[in-house]
Amino acid sequence: MKISLFITCYNDTLFPETGKAVVHVLERLGHSVEFRAEQTCCGQMHLNTGYRKEALPLMQRFLEVFDDAEVICSPSSSCVAMIREHYSILAEETGDPTLRDKVRNLLPRVFEFTELLVDRLGVTDTGAFYPHKVTYHPSCHSMRTLGLGDKPIRLLKEVRGLRYIELPGADECCGFGGTFSIKNPDVSAAMLADKMQAVAATGAEVCAACDNSCLMHIYGGLHRQRQPVRVAHLAEILASEERR
Amino acid sequence: MSVRVGAAAESPSFPMAAKAAMEDVQLRQNVRHATGVIRAKRALLVEEKADWQQLRTAASRIKEHTMRYLDRYLVQFEQSCVRAGGKVHWAEDADEANRIITGIIQSHGETEVIKVKTMTSDETQLNTALEAAGITPYETDLADLIVQLGSDHPSHIVVPALHKNRMQIRQIFLDKMHLETLGREPKDLAEAARRYLREKFLRVRVGISGANFAIAENGSVCIVESEGNARMCLTLPKVLISLIGIEKVIPRFRDLEVFLQILARSATGERMSPYSSIWSGVSANDGPSEFHVVLLDNGRTKVLADEAARQTLHCIRCGACLNICPVYRQTGGHAYGSIYSGPIGAILTPQLQSMRHSETLPFASSLCGACYEICPVKINIPEVLVHLRAKVVEQGDSPIVEQLAMRAAAFALAGPRRLAAAQGFARIAQKPFLSEGVLKNLPGMLSGWSSVRDLMTVPEQSFREWWRDRK
Repeated sequence: MKISLFITCYNDTLFPETGKAVVHVLERLGHSVEFRAEQTCCGQMHLNTGYRKEALPLMQRFLEVFDDAEVICSPSSSCVAMIREHYSILAEETGDPTLRDKVRNLLPRVFEFTELLVDRLGVTDTGAFYPHKVTYHPSCHSMRTLGLGDKPIRLLKEVRGLRYIELPGADECCGFGGTFSIKNPDVSAAMLADKMQAVAATGAEVCAACDNSCLMHIYGGLHRQRQPVRVAHLAEILASEERR
Repeated sequence: MSVRVGAAAESPSFPMAAKAAMEDVQLRQNVRHATGVIRAKRALLVEEKADWQQLRTAASRIKEHTMRYLDRYLVQFEQSCVRAGGKVHWAEDADEANRIITGIIQSHGETEVIKVKTMTSDETQLNTALEAAGITPYETDLADLIVQLGSDHPSHIVVPALHKNRMQIRQIFLDKMHLETLGREPKDLAEAARRYLREKFLRVRVGISGANFAIAENGSVCIVESEGNARMCLTLPKVLISLIGIEKVIPRFRDLEVFLQILARSATGERMSPYSSIWSGVSANDGPSEFHVVLLDNGRTKVLADEAARQTLHCIRCGACLNICPVYRQTGGHAYGSIYSGPIGAILTPQLQSMRHSETLPFASSLCGACYEICPVKINIPEVLVHLRAKVVEQGDSPIVEQLAMRAAAFALAGPRRLAAAQGFARIAQKPFLSEGVLKNLPGMLSGWSSVRDLMTVPEQSFREWWRDRK
């Protein structure tokens, strides 16, 4: 199976290690991976902030770029949620039946990284080794929109050397919310403080998630407070083969 | 027409009000404790309902259907209510509703009213209008009484005094009921309220209520409550006036079967509300001899006309979205500047005012989706929030700096070469803010972020560059 990666604009720019990890895991599992360089962004930031007009061409670009891709995989729950939740509505608004059909044809081919592994490829053991104490923050989009359920945790539990520690109050938002954290910085910071307290209470060395946006937020707070906890996208843990 | 949602039009922006609210440590502690208790009770009672999701779907469908044919159901309600001996008045806006109600009270020569379970009257600022006409309103729902005696504002849809703890309430009672002594136990406070209210129940001859449901097929009105004070208010006065938002109509009596199962569980974590009062018109020698219904629009038909946001009117005011909302739990209800707080308030308040006020409210959410998940009538609040954000932007009411940033981002994301150029630019632009390997003290819009958070740097190589060089 040829897997086409949608790395997403912020992973491309800020978290290249996550993209590399996805490539590594999928190739290790024997799949062939491609990255279509024409891709940019799904349009989530614009749509969620109210800039619908600006979001539309980004959706159109996405549809063109991945028009003939067999399977599309993205290591970002919120971007996949954007595609699944909003593309149909955006297409409907244009009144263009071709666009609507393109979206309808696209949606079954788009997978979040852990969905691809567990649901489509039937893999929970990725052959990783990661001798650390890890807690997992289920991001809101991964949990509520995509309904990833325990898939990420099943993947983590198969990692050799890894000790999984459950995060208390896991289903509470970390307070990022994209431009919410800029437009409402104080409320966002208060939400983050609760999340950091929960992460610290686990005693984990690493906090993992399926969204680097949330991790960027959680890391930002932890680093400012000089807390020793690191953050890592789930893909980076699954790609790890580190030896002691 | 003057649509009004309390004092929402004059309230400060959400970020400013939230910042102020969060400085009140006692308030945050009270809100967190109270919402936590209700959430836990609700979760247990929802879990025992095997058909919870089916109930949600049924409730959502009944509401959807009702909104589609609201014109017909309203007229049917009017006819049924009149047949049962009630009088129906139609109010286009807050002022008209207040005028009608004041007129009814004055026509009886009365100067006092007892009120219960009517958030809608806060929306129209009825108490202010009554006082201006020389009429004294007494709130009789315990929490509303606490709010009124404390010259305060409600902070929660179901638990208006949720931001006050027992000791604070005790102090209000001591001061305002002119008591010399008062115990500290809940039963002591309840007893003080009972004595204070009982005298009014027996003396005052006009009652004003809201409604949870107005039933089209038989003209019945339904109110659910915990205390029995509504029952007193609905049965003891000579004249009863119910102020009802037009979205409260449901088609049939049997639809209550669905709503009464979900409402109490969602609102207070009870299987049923202790008191469910349902009455139709007037009955000879039993209860009020005169019954008026004031059907209020006040911006609701505008909401109805917007298909993408119409579901806002499905709300049954259970408050579950407030209790689960991570934003509400930090700020409490006052920051929303409206009687309608929390996620539902963030979509309802600005819409009622035709998006001309309260434009920061649709942005007062991280779009975490907990509200949608918990809503017993399945209102997709995040979807409506995003829809309303687009309206704010379309109106040109978003900050100029944000508009520029969003256009610049759209330009940079329009193709891979531009994106690569922007990535290169970011690597250079970040240099002045670099400190200890992260970015600190960011300028302008980003300063709020960097006041308590560090930002990761833009690494030297993007993924696309790595991929290109890898081959």
